[in-house]
Amino acid sequence: MTSTRKIRVLAGKPGLDGHDRGIKVIANALMDAGMEVIYTGLRQSPEQIVETAIQEDVDVIALSILSGAHDFLFPRIMELLQEKGVHDVLVIGGGIIPDEDIAELKKVGIAEIFGPGTYTDDIITYIKENLKR
Amino acid sequence: MFDRTMLEEIAREHKRWSDNLEPSLTKTPERKSDFVNTSGIPVNRVYMPMDIDDSDYMDEIGLPGEYPFTRGVQPTMYRGRLWTMRQYAGFATAEDTNRRYRFLLEQGQTGLSVAFDLPTQIGYDSNHPLAQGEVGKVGVAIDSLKDMEILFDQIPLDKVSTSMTINAPAAVLLAMYIAVGEQQGVVSKGLRGTIQNDILKEYSARGTYIFPPKPSMRIITDIFGFCSKEVPQWNSISISGYHIREAGSTAVQEVAFTLADGIDYVEAAIHAGLDVDEFAPRLSFFFNAHLDFLEEIAKFRAARRLWAVIMRERFKAKDPRSMMMRFHTQTAGCTLTAKQPKNNIVRVAFQALSAVLGGTQSLHTNSMDEAFCLPSEEAVQVALKTQQLIAHETGVTDTVDPLAGSYYIEKLTNEIYDRARNYIDTIDELGGAAAAIEKGYIQREIQDSAYRYQKEIERNERVVVGVNRFQVEEEPPKDLLRVDPAVRVSQIERLEKLKSDRNNEKVKDILSDLRSVAEGSENLMPVILEAVRAYATLGEICDALRDVFGEYQPVSTLGG
Repeated sequence: MTSTRKIRVLAGKPGLDGHDRGIKVIANALMDAGMEVIYTGLRQSPEQIVETAIQEDVDVIALSILSGAHDFLFPRIMELLQEKGVHDVLVIGGGIIPDEDIAELKKVGIAEIFGPGTYTDDIITYIKENLKR
Repeated sequence: MFDRTMLEEIAREHKRWSDNLEPSLTKTPERKSDFVNTSGIPVNRVYMPMDIDDSDYMDEIGLPGEYPFTRGVQPTMYRGRLWTMRQYAGFATAEDTNRRYRFLLEQGQTGLSVAFDLPTQIGYDSNHPLAQGEVGKVGVAIDSLKDMEILFDQIPLDKVSTSMTINAPAAVLLAMYIAVGEQQGVVSKGLRGTIQNDILKEYSARGTYIFPPKPSMRIITDIFGFCSKEVPQWNSISISGYHIREAGSTAVQEVAFTLADGIDYVEAAIHAGLDVDEFAPRLSFFFNAHLDFLEEIAKFRAARRLWAVIMRERFKAKDPRSMMMRFHTQTAGCTLTAKQPKNNIVRVAFQALSAVLGGTQSLHTNSMDEAFCLPSEEAVQVALKTQQLIAHETGVTDTVDPLAGSYYIEKLTNEIYDRARNYIDTIDELGGAAAAIEKGYIQREIQDSAYRYQKEIERNERVVVGVNRFQVEEEPPKDLLRVDPAVRVSQIERLEKLKSDRNNEKVKDILSDLRSVAEGSENLMPVILEAVRAYATLGEICDALRDVFGEYQPVSTLGG
């Protein structure tokens, strides 16, 4: 990563969930922290998210799901990233996600899960400290 | 509003009191330099008769059950009938949800409220590729009339009223409800309930849209027209501020954007040739009960007055029922915390009390565990009992609009009214709510407020007990209610069986009729009802409409 390149983040809403308050707040905060944010908008399939991530050459994918579909959609996105040979992108998630699901999501490669009540500053710090490239 | 001499004396006394505050302020400085509520309205140290002296009592406050309905839509309010206790529920299959409904009715709930899963809300059958991972998750999966028959099994539709949170495909679900009624021997004129049917807030805040605004407004006005004749006790729309608030708006924005949406619907219906007093009495509303207790009470009162004025002055309604804002309230889901979930019971109780003091017609109280999962039976029970406690133990139901006349409540009611009105003027200048949404104005206003609110929490200007103050270490909750992923498999099996059992030729013919009605201008409801009775699936019906109407493309509102 060159010193002039900003951190590029894909903010993604996979699945049919329409709750975008959280992801928009986080997108705004990341932009204020000097990152470049590409927001997918609602109703993205895992394939669309992965394709956009590759096209936009992002460093981070931040996913938000409040519908409970994280148990299917997060692993599916990780699987597609593997298939495409993408290994150096930091993937984080958030939304309404029970604690007991977190271990399973981490096992498939989601680096961290941020639930309701998380401070945007904590996410910014986490991204800066855990970038894979 | 007050006697001159008396007011002058009070003003003199108030000045004397203010001038002598110094010792007290030195000894105990105020906690903040500025007290401001969530809508950005400054909050004074104390409110006085002078603050509401320019109000005209009969024009602005009036009597309960009379224009402008500030004090409530019924003359005797809860002294006569309590609000309907209506818990929003639905998950997994129709069988599972039917069991939950019967449990809730046994617990003393007085109306049903159906939560549909996202594929149903977006008009996809459970076998659609985008439905993967979503079937039965945030509500019950309904693919056809078959599922609806199971959902209401042993629930007499002539006895309960049912609210359905369904928007883009509202016509289809209403048709299914009517068809279940027919099977039970209940005519459509005997059905009572509500469909949300509010597409504008789907574009601006909630996200379960299908079609573009123009055909969506046509479907909505078709429903108004059909219901006014065939289902006259049905609320044909629930114009919703709830989700606007959940998406991050302030209380003032919630009132303004909801009523602006309402104005668009009324205009569309009048434009479609309906008489205002024919459909307006069946318009209903849906609001959020958020944290700021007194601001919320004032908000409900201001919203009622503003709608009454709009209906009488702008739309020349004659029937008082057209001016009456009847509304459902739900406590604010976004204020629930995942930390220390039992604190949520208390938050919900205060919010519910504000809705009751604000004169709601029905109420959903959130369950303590909703910041991390679907509510357990125990959590739902506590939530429902909260309403019963307010109704039967607190005494607030014994007199109508008990906070009227509070200088602060009346002043705040006026402030919210004025500020919401200004917003509506701006939206009118942009060409109305639909146009303002297409320009991204309403979405930007909401997301800016959401961001501001979050910053206030992060700067510790806003205390969230258990989150940024008074934290405690605790074990994560266990035994959460989960939806089995096998629900999708069983739904798909049921769909396949349905398609082999029904008369497929007939379904094909009706769907082709549906396309031609959609291309023309005839009312869509009769042909949708026919399709539903023939067991056409929700996905098939919505696909036929997608062929003709196309799909909505949202505008981007981030950055720039």
